[in-house]
Amino acid sequence: MQMYDLPDRLGHFGPYGGVFVAETLIDALDELREAYEKYQHDPEFKKEFAYELKHYVGRPSPVYHAKRWSAHFGGAQVYLKREDLNHTGAHKINNVIGQAMLAKRMGKPRVIAETGAGQHGVATATIAARYGMECVVYMGSEDVRRQAQNVYRMKLLGATVVPVESGSRTLKDALNEAMRDWVTNIENTYYIIGTVAGPHPYPMMVRDFQSVIGLEALEQMPEMTGRQPDAVIACVGGGSNAMGIFHPYIEHEQVRLIGVEAAGFGLESGKHAATLMAGKPGVLHGNRTYLLQDENGQIVETHSISAGLDYPGVGPEHAYLKDSGRAEYVAVTDDEALQAFHDLCRLEGIIPALESSHALAYASKMAPRMKPDQILLVNLSGRGDKDMHTVAEKSGIKF
Amino acid sequence: MSRIAAAFEQLKAQGRKALIPFITAGDPHPAMTVPLMHALVAGGADVIELGVPFSDPMADGPVIQRASERALAQGVTLKQVIDFTEEFRKTNQHTPVVLMGYANPIEAMGMEQFANRAKAAGVDGALVVDYPPEEAKKLVQLLDARALDTIFLLSPTTRDARLRQVGELGRGYLYYVSLKGVTGAGNIDVAEVAQRVNHIRTFTGLPVGVGFGIRDAESARRVAEVADAVVIGSRLVQEIIDAGNDAPARVQALLAGIRGAMDSIVDTKAA
Repeated sequence: MQMYDLPDRLGHFGPYGGVFVAETLIDALDELREAYEKYQHDPEFKKEFAYELKHYVGRPSPVYHAKRWSAHFGGAQVYLKREDLNHTGAHKINNVIGQAMLAKRMGKPRVIAETGAGQHGVATATIAARYGMECVVYMGSEDVRRQAQNVYRMKLLGATVVPVESGSRTLKDALNEAMRDWVTNIENTYYIIGTVAGPHPYPMMVRDFQSVIGLEALEQMPEMTGRQPDAVIACVGGGSNAMGIFHPYIEHEQVRLIGVEAAGFGLESGKHAATLMAGKPGVLHGNRTYLLQDENGQIVETHSISAGLDYPGVGPEHAYLKDSGRAEYVAVTDDEALQAFHDLCRLEGIIPALESSHALAYASKMAPRMKPDQILLVNLSGRGDKDMHTVAEKSGIKF
Repeated sequence: MSRIAAAFEQLKAQGRKALIPFITAGDPHPAMTVPLMHALVAGGADVIELGVPFSDPMADGPVIQRASERALAQGVTLKQVIDFTEEFRKTNQHTPVVLMGYANPIEAMGMEQFANRAKAAGVDGALVVDYPPEEAKKLVQLLDARALDTIFLLSPTTRDARLRQVGELGRGYLYYVSLKGVTGAGNIDVAEVAQRVNHIRTFTGLPVGVGFGIRDAESARRVAEVADAVVIGSRLVQEIIDAGNDAPARVQALLAGIRGAMDSIVDTKAA
């Protein structure tokens, strides 16, 4: 395989990515790109990032051999990359620290963010508190209602949560509203995007900050098992945890990379969020990528039991990896994800996030068909405490 | 010469400035769009910007967002917006029509298909908000080949190197966004606009239109003193929804007031 050094100077991953925004945002994106280019290789910046990851987040996150779960399958050995053990309970914090450090250096005292389930919003509010920054989080009013606990968490951390009433009142609309805030308050505001989507340089920058996941795994797997895994599996909504673990593995061609999307009630039902499986390329939120859209190019509403995967777009690098064949993309339903959620609770004493449960569900399909000396590495991107309500409701329990 | 160039040429000869109203196609309902377009012309419009509704209008404020939502709720498509123009052309062959919207409906139709249909219907240009020059080369090529104009935005923060680039790639006119923010926001600072427009003119010979924050006859008149065209959008879209079935008459009256104020500064030397 050729050396992999995407994106190009204008943020393109093959035909995907780029900068598809109104002229009013171009200068802010240029300023951000210039700042990132300046600091990304700066030894002081790298040192501070490493310090924060170690002492504030608690990295490196361990790799854990899920022995009982593996035995249950009687096939491949399943290992979990424990991003759920990070401070704030998910991988989101890795990226947020990197961007907040950049905001500080760019002299922006105010940060804004969009959030769906609330995990990225909580991570942003956390860092804003830590760095003494003003923080405003945009969240679809429908999600505010569904995720009341995370809304309260953000408020405890000092953030202002703004419910968004436009469009479908979910994540994509929160993103639209955050962009509108940014374009209005460019001078003092930094927009912390939570995933590997948006206009260049966000997909590249967020991937770089999240790559710590894959870089650690590259060292940990040979230490634990004597070799790299046969496949790395991660869930894909916008795709930041998947890009973070995939990217360092791209040049390790013998390792299969498998992204798992949310099939919701099933792909044939039309109620899902499997963008790469069922979408078509188009332009949304500043980049060209696969989108769930109707035949007239309007973005459609998505469904997943997991709010973090409930997004009609996907990071442009995933679109590229799909077309190039380097990564494979599959989808599992709400019910399959729930089954994996319960299995991991009972067999390993780990409560996974519903997002991560999609990756686990696919591992549970693959493992029984593999040999006991084969290895799967699943990115356990977050913990499931936030999902108690959803899971209980599914089981007919009310608190 | 394109219909847009001809319109600006004629205005220049008369010492007048262009009035460019924006409305969202299909709002408040599809049957009203063509009558509204004629009302705009009767009120003094020189070019019409016809908004193509999109589910995720990132650069628009609440007024135009809601107009898009109302239009989409009635199933309005890009193809239909092009058809509105075709209908309008049956009785008006001289007022240029520019389609303004977002990239994805065009990409879904296919860029070449879009260019062909727009040309056949009598559309004169396109302003695609989320195609900055870096990503617009193919569209410019396709539209150029059919003598259609690609209109670009400029902002208060656009750097000089880009002004040159946009000046080269732009056709018809340039649309200077006078405010940081989304459509329908804030009030305009005319002195600052004058300075920026003069600066932009050192990079391009294209007419420069100014929009965002123009809400009444007085602000339109003051902008007309410094720019080649005045674009008015959110204020009109709000008027249309407030007016209900009276919208064509009310829009015509509102525009006529603005037209009158702009013409009060006719440059008699040019005329």
